[in-house]
Amino acid sequence: MNKKLSQSQLIFRLNGETVNIPAPNGRRLSEILRKELSAQDVKIGCNAGDCGACTVLVDGQPVCACLMVAEQAEERDVQTLTGLHRDDPITRNLSESFLNHGSAQCGICTPGMIVSATALLRKNDAPSEDEVKDALGGVLCRCTGYRKIIDAVMNAPAIAEHCNGDVGESVRHLDGRAKVSGELRFGDDVASKESLEILILRSPYHHAKFKFGNLEKYCQDHGLEVTLTAADIPGKNAFGVIPGFIDQPVFAENMVRFKGEAVAAIVGLASILSDLDLSKIPITWEVQSSHHSSSEAEKDGALQLHAGHKNNVMCRGFVSRGTAHAALKKADVVVSGNFTTGIVEHAYIEPEAGFAEVKNGRLEIHACTQAPVMDLESLESILAMHRSKIRIVPTAVGGGFGSKLDLSVQPFLALAALKTHKPVRLCYSREESMQSSTKRHPSNIKVTIGADRSGKICGFLFDGAFDTGAYASWGPTVANRVPVHASGPYNVNDYQASSRGIYTNNPPSGAFRGFGVPQSAIAQESMLDELADKLGLDPLAFRLKNALENGVETVCGQVFEKGVGIKACLKALQPAWIEERQKATEANKSSAVLKYGVGIGVGWYGCGNTSLPNPSTIKAGIFPDGGIRLHQGAMDIGQGSNTVISQIFARALGIPVSDIQLIGPDTDITPDAGKTSASRQTFVSGNAARLAGERLRRQITERLNVSEDAEFSFNGPELTVADRAGKHKLNLQNLPKNGEGFVFFAEETYDPPTKPLDKNGQGHPYAQFGYAAHLAVVVVDTKLGTVKPTKFVAAHDVGKAINPMLVEGQVHGGIAQGLGMALMEEYIAGRTENLHDYLIPTIGDVPNIKTLIVEEEDAHGPYGAKGLGEHVLIPTAPAILNAFKHATGSRLYEIPATPSRVMAALKQRMT
Amino acid sequence: MTVYSPSQLEDALNILRDPGFVVIAGGTDYFPSLKMGGSQDNILNVMKLPEMNTITFEEGGFRIGGAVSWTQIIKSDLPAAFDALKAAGQEVGSIQIQNAGTIAGNLCNASPAADGVPPLLALEAEIELQSAKRGKRQIPLVKFLNGIRNTDRQKDELVTSIFVPHPPKGMKSVFTKLGSRSYLVISICMTAISILLNGSGRIIDIRIAVGACSPVAQRLKTLEREMIGCRPNEVAICERHLLSLTPISDVRGSAVFRQEAVAEQIVRSLSRAVL
Repeated sequence: MNKKLSQSQLIFRLNGETVNIPAPNGRRLSEILRKELSAQDVKIGCNAGDCGACTVLVDGQPVCACLMVAEQAEERDVQTLTGLHRDDPITRNLSESFLNHGSAQCGICTPGMIVSATALLRKNDAPSEDEVKDALGGVLCRCTGYRKIIDAVMNAPAIAEHCNGDVGESVRHLDGRAKVSGELRFGDDVASKESLEILILRSPYHHAKFKFGNLEKYCQDHGLEVTLTAADIPGKNAFGVIPGFIDQPVFAENMVRFKGEAVAAIVGLASILSDLDLSKIPITWEVQSSHHSSSEAEKDGALQLHAGHKNNVMCRGFVSRGTAHAALKKADVVVSGNFTTGIVEHAYIEPEAGFAEVKNGRLEIHACTQAPVMDLESLESILAMHRSKIRIVPTAVGGGFGSKLDLSVQPFLALAALKTHKPVRLCYSREESMQSSTKRHPSNIKVTIGADRSGKICGFLFDGAFDTGAYASWGPTVANRVPVHASGPYNVNDYQASSRGIYTNNPPSGAFRGFGVPQSAIAQESMLDELADKLGLDPLAFRLKNALENGVETVCGQVFEKGVGIKACLKALQPAWIEERQKATEANKSSAVLKYGVGIGVGWYGCGNTSLPNPSTIKAGIFPDGGIRLHQGAMDIGQGSNTVISQIFARALGIPVSDIQLIGPDTDITPDAGKTSASRQTFVSGNAARLAGERLRRQITERLNVSEDAEFSFNGPELTVADRAGKHKLNLQNLPKNGEGFVFFAEETYDPPTKPLDKNGQGHPYAQFGYAAHLAVVVVDTKLGTVKPTKFVAAHDVGKAINPMLVEGQVHGGIAQGLGMALMEEYIAGRTENLHDYLIPTIGDVPNIKTLIVEEEDAHGPYGAKGLGEHVLIPTAPAILNAFKHATGSRLYEIPATPSRVMAALKQRMT
Repeated sequence: MTVYSPSQLEDALNILRDPGFVVIAGGTDYFPSLKMGGSQDNILNVMKLPEMNTITFEEGGFRIGGAVSWTQIIKSDLPAAFDALKAAGQEVGSIQIQNAGTIAGNLCNASPAADGVPPLLALEAEIELQSAKRGKRQIPLVKFLNGIRNTDRQKDELVTSIFVPHPPKGMKSVFTKLGSRSYLVISICMTAISILLNGSGRIIDIRIAVGACSPVAQRLKTLEREMIGCRPNEVAICERHLLSLTPISDVRGSAVFRQEAVAEQIVRSLSRAVL
C-alpha cells in the first residue's frame, strides 16, 4: 500500500489558527475538536446529524462536525462559535440579538443555531422568515419553540429593555452571555483531560433474567480499570423519588425489567472502551415475556413485575366530591370518550453527562441535574456515605423538562470514582439517554361529562390508567396530581376521578412537564367541546359559563379568594376566537381538501408539591466592599430562575439586578432551594428570595434608623441611603463580619401553605394555581392526513409577570412541546431510540404565537406571581385536537395524530 | 484505522484492491451506522478526487460526479428536468447534511427512503462504477439498487459518477415528499415525476417513480403506459397501477396509509408538474 496517500499529521485552521495534530485515524471531527482541541463550544446532542448542535463552519459552510471524518478537515478552515463570536461582527451582533430576544434558554443548541445563522447572514443580511427556517431547519431546540430564535436572526426590534431588572421588566437573561459566546459548560464539558471513561452495560431485552460470566477476567484481558455491578454498591441498591416507592436499582440484580436497564459498568481509558466488542462481554440472558401497555399488565394473571403490587398496580389516586353518578343520571346531555396517549420522550438536546473525582477525601460530582440536593440524598443512601463527604456541583443543564430530576449518571460516576480513586467521566449516548431516562406516562383515559340544558356541567367521571413503566419514579405524583386537576379549572360540583399507575416493561415514566395533567386535559377538554357541540353552544362561551371563579370551591373543596384567572384568560382569547372562527368558516367554503379549524384548550396547574412540605431556602449577604451576593440554589435549566429570582431579590432589597453577584447551586455553599419541578421556583424560591431581600433591607434600615422605603445606593464600601429625612452614609468596612465575611446576612425559607387531602381528595393541595387558555388554528390536509398548526394565541394568567420576555419564552417552548405531543412524538422502546425516528418539532413546525399575559394577582406568590413552566403545554394539545374537530368534524381519540392515524379517523367518519 | 485521501482516481482504485476499506464521501451515513466498538476498516476518502466533484455536460447527457454534494446540485444550472432532483436535494435532512452528503453516497447507502432515488429513476440515470481490476462499467440505476442496503457495487469498485441521458427538450419534473414534520424527516412516501406534453397538452413521455413504498424505489410502468396520450388529469389512479408497491407498516405510517397517500401524491404531483 502506498503509504504517502495517508498523512501522519492532520493540519487545518481552527478559528483562524493553524493546528497540527497526530492523524485522528477516522474519528469524528466533533470528537477531535472537543477532546484534543478544547473546543467545548461544539456540543454533541445525537452523534447522528439529527440535532445540529455540533454545527461548525467548514470553509464557510455549516456541517455537522459529528458526521465528518476529522481527516476531511485537512487544509480547510474550521470555525466554531467561540472563534466566530471573537472574530466575526455578524456573529457578535447576532449574539446580542439573541440576548435581546431571550433566544437562548438552556443554551445547548445555541452554538449550532448561531453558527448556522451566521452562514445565512453572511450571504443574506435581511433574510425572510422562510429563509431563516431553511437555514436553521437542521438544528433542534427543545426549549424555545424557535420563535425567538427566528426573531433574533431577523433582527426584530429588541424585547429586552435597558433597565434595572425590577419586577415586571424584561431584563436580559443574567446568565445569557456565556450561552451566546460558547463559554457555558454543560455536563460533558467539565471533565479533566485525564479522566477515565465509564461504559454502562445495558439490557438488550425488555424483561430478562441474567447471569454474569467472569467479568473480572474480561476486564483484565482488555486492560480495563474496574468493573462495577450491584455487588459494588456499599449502601442500598435502590433509588427513586417518592418515599415508599424507591424501587429502581442502580444496577439490576439477576433480572432486568426494561430495555436499556443498567446491569454493570466498565471503567477504563477512552481509547480502549471505544474499540471494545460488547458482544463478547460475558453475560447470559434468559428472556421473559413482557408487558407494554397498562391494559395488558393489569389483567388478572398477568406476570407481576414487583412483589406486593397485584395486577401491577403501583398506586392509586382519587378525588370525589358530591355525587357524580347521580348527577350524570339527571343530566340532559352526557358525553363520554376513551383516549389513548403514547410515551413521550423529553428529548433535551444535552444527553445526561457528568464528571466525578475524589478530592481531599470527599466525593465531588459535577453533572447536569434539576435537583442537586435530592441527588446528594440519594447518593448518601446508595453509597452509605455521610452527606458531609459528598459535594454536588451542578453544571449547566442542557434541557431537563422533568427527567433530570431523577438520578442518571450520578451513581455510576460516584461508584467509579470511589473504586478507581481517579477522575471519571460519563456521557450517555443519545440511544442510552432515550432508553434509560424517564418518559411521559402513556395513558388510557375514560371521561364522562354531563350538562343540563342551560349548559351547566352536571356530573363528571374520570378514570385514567397511567403506564409507569418498569419502576415508580414520579408515578405516584402523576397518580395524585391527575385527579386533582382532571376537572380542569371549572366549577364542578359532582365529580369523581380515579387514577392508577401501572407497572409495565416500558422505560420508567417519571416527571415530564405537567405530571400527567397534559394527558388528562386532552380527554377532558375534548369532551367539553363535544358537550358544547351537543348543546349547540359556542365552545368558548360554554367554558366561560362553567369556569371557576374567586370564592368558588374547586373539586378538592379548596376556595381561592383571589387569583382565579381562567375567566380572564378566556376573555382575553375572545377577539381572536371570533375572528379566527369566521376566517376558517369562510376559507372552508371554497376549500375541499384543505380544511381549516380553530380550537380552544384550557388548563390549570397547581404550583409546588401536592399537599406536602416543599421549602426553598435562599441565602444572601453583603460584603464590606459593597458586593451583594445571592446564593441562588434553584436550578436554572433554561427556564430562567437565575434571572427571575434575582429580579425578585433585587426588588425586595431595593437594588438594580446588575449589583448582584450570583452564586449558583452547589451543595457545599448554597442552601437547598428544592428541585426545579412542579413550576415551583418562581413561586417558592422566589418567595424565599423576596424574604431574604426584605430581611437584608430591614437590617440596613433599622441600623440607620431610616424609613422602610429608603433608597439604597451601593458604591464600593460606601452605602448611601436616602429617605425623606435626608441622605445617610454607611461605611461597610467598619462593620463586623460574620464567618463568611458578610457584614449583612440573611437566609430565609419559604414553604407554601397547603393542607393534606383526605380519603376523598378534599383539602388544600396547592397554595396557588396558574391558569391558561390556548387557541390553535390548524389546516388539515384531508387526503394526506397532515395537520399543520398555523397560529396560536396563548393567554396565561401568571399573577405577575416578573419578566415578560421570559414568560413568552416559556409559553413558546411549552406550545412546541404540546404540538409535538399532539402530532408527532411517540417513543417505542427498541424502535425510536434516536432523534430521526423519534420526531420532535423543528423550526418549520412552530407557527406564529401570540402571547397574552394575564395578571390576576396571587395571594401568596412573590409580588403576586404564579408558576408557569408546566402550565404552558397543558392547553396546547387539546386546542389542536379541538381545532381538528372543527376543521373536519372528526374527533381524534389517540395521539400522536400522525398522518396515518388522522386518515384512519377521517375514514371512520365517512363509513 | 487509517484514512486515505488520494487526489488521483488511479490511486483510489488501487487502494480498493484491499478489501479492508470503507469508502467515505460526505460521511453522513457512515458514523450513524457504525456499531459500538467501531469499524476495523480503513477509510478511503473520495472528496479529493477532482473528477468526482464536478457536474459536466457531455455527448449524450450530464455526468454528475459521485462526490458532488446536494448543495452543489441544488445550486447548479441543470435544466428543468432536474428540478425534481434539486427539490429532493432540498429535502435531504438539513443544510448541514446537504452541504456534506453526496449523490453517490445517497445511492450507495441504499435506503428505501433515499430522497435522491425517485428523481434519478425518473431521469433514467445510469451509474458509472470503476475498479482497478475491471475498469469502467455503467449500469442503469434500477440495476444498481438490489434491495435494502444492497447495491451492485463490488467491494473494489467506486461509484465515480451518475450519468443522466439528455432528457427530452421541454421535460418538466416535480418531487413531493410526505413526512410527519418539516426538515430532518424520513419520508412516509415520496414521488418524482418527469413529464413531457405535446402542443395540445397530451402526455408524450412520463416517468413516475415512487419511494419508501417498497424495498427499492420504483417506476410505476403500468400507470406510465396508460397515461401516454392522455391529459395529466384524465387518468384515475387505481389499485392495479400500484400493484408493484409493497409498503410496510412502521412508526412513520401504516401500509394501507402509504398506498393511499402515494396515490394522492401522484395526482398532486401531476397537477403541479403541468402548472
